[in-house]
Amino acid sequence: MGLLSRFFKPAETALVHLPSGSFTLDRDGEVMTCTLPQSFPEEHLKAIGQHVLTSFRSAKRAQLPLTELSIQYSALKLLARELGSGAIIFLMPQSLNKEPNGKLKKHP
Amino acid sequence: MPAQPRILLLDDDQDFLDLYREMLSQHLPSAPEVRSVNSGSRALALLDSEPFNLLVVELNLPKMDGLQVLTLARRKHPHLRLVVLTAIRDEQFRTRAYALGVDQYWIKPETDQEMGLFMESIEALVSRESQAGFRGVQSKSLVDIIQLECLSQSSCTLKITNGQTEGKIYIQSGEVVDAELPGTEGESSFQRILSWKNGSFETLPPDPSRVRTIFTSYQGLLLNTAQAIDEAASQEEQPASVAPGAAPNAVNQTSRIAGLLAEVSQSDGIEFILALGPKTSQTQDFWGLDNPKPVTEFTRETLENFRALGDRLQVGELQQIIGTGPQHKVGVAPCGQSELCVGFPPAVTREEMRDSFKHLLTKWAS
Repeated sequence: MGLLSRFFKPAETALVHLPSGSFTLDRDGEVMTCTLPQSFPEEHLKAIGQHVLTSFRSAKRAQLPLTELSIQYSALKLLARELGSGAIIFLMPQSLNKEPNGKLKKHP
Repeated sequence: MPAQPRILLLDDDQDFLDLYREMLSQHLPSAPEVRSVNSGSRALALLDSEPFNLLVVELNLPKMDGLQVLTLARRKHPHLRLVVLTAIRDEQFRTRAYALGVDQYWIKPETDQEMGLFMESIEALVSRESQAGFRGVQSKSLVDIIQLECLSQSSCTLKITNGQTEGKIYIQSGEVVDAELPGTEGESSFQRILSWKNGSFETLPPDPSRVRTIFTSYQGLLLNTAQAIDEAASQEEQPASVAPGAAPNAVNQTSRIAGLLAEVSQSDGIEFILALGPKTSQTQDFWGLDNPKPVTEFTRETLENFRALGDRLQVGELQQIIGTGPQHKVGVAPCGQSELCVGFPPAVTREEMRDSFKHLLTKWAS
């Protein structure tokens, strides 16, 4: 059984690799074009898009209209630009060994 | 926490669990009690019901993956030590795991030497009780570390990180010669760094070319700093005296924090600053805004949404959000227990804005 279970071990996993790339959204948050691999779940794209559009609208309500948002996490940078009433969003995974500009970090 | 350390192993491979449970429980000097589970949900349930010192997680798990488990475990059990032990050799997952707050990231050992190193590191983690302080040297405060370095006549550079803010203390032959924070240096930077309540630090090689700006002995510096921190604490305890019927804006201007906001805004060409407390109902401090309500809503909503998104994508802590528009540039960031929204004029360049925002976050954190 041990041998069989090794061969027939369920291969599916929820672990998602963060890709680099971009996608565009219409005003309703629907994904129009996308350069990200299909393995990246569409629900994630929609969630990102929804939060970005919400923030653009919220900023407008606060009398702070914005055309670009840069969201920095420890392991990911999102760059969103307003396109009409939609948006284009870039995903840029960050690495411990790289500076935000993509160059390798210098260690003392 | 019980005297005998307790370790929880999470992996979907039963052979692996059996092997490592035996190795850890029988070959570590601290003789920990080792429990094992094969799913993330079971691991979280066990963590909720029993105390553990250390959780060892494989990332590649069906249904709930290791990063999800780490996210939830870190949030619900902040003092739990977390170790990733995985077969995945991927720089991105390593980065994301560290962003989620793991203590160590190990590729599953393939040789006896690697196994020996892994066992040593686990022993080191579980044999010390978790305590508050600066990570890097357990159970030592920053004052202790500076005293140790100075007493031993060392020369080194201490790099201290608090959130996004990075400070450096330069020590030459047992004397503090300079301290540095973004935008400031000297004794004031030293005092600000020492007022940080937590963070992490590392020791870097000395910088002999560093120009000396601090001439007080390290004992004097530590005394002055302790005095300044005590005075600040006693001022915070005193209620602000506000004239009855004063307008909300006037109330804010009288507070100590509003003074800080005004000071920072003067020096950095900032248009407005809004500081929010951790609770929705908490009093705001603001400067340069006639009506802070819509900006408050924007700040809270934006931070809340993107924090939730970060949890969902498992990409670690939300550090900051920078917005650019035709009339304003805006920086939004969590800063300790507060949330800050800072407005800049559109003419400010991206680099100037980033530096200025970082400077402000540093002052705020101090």
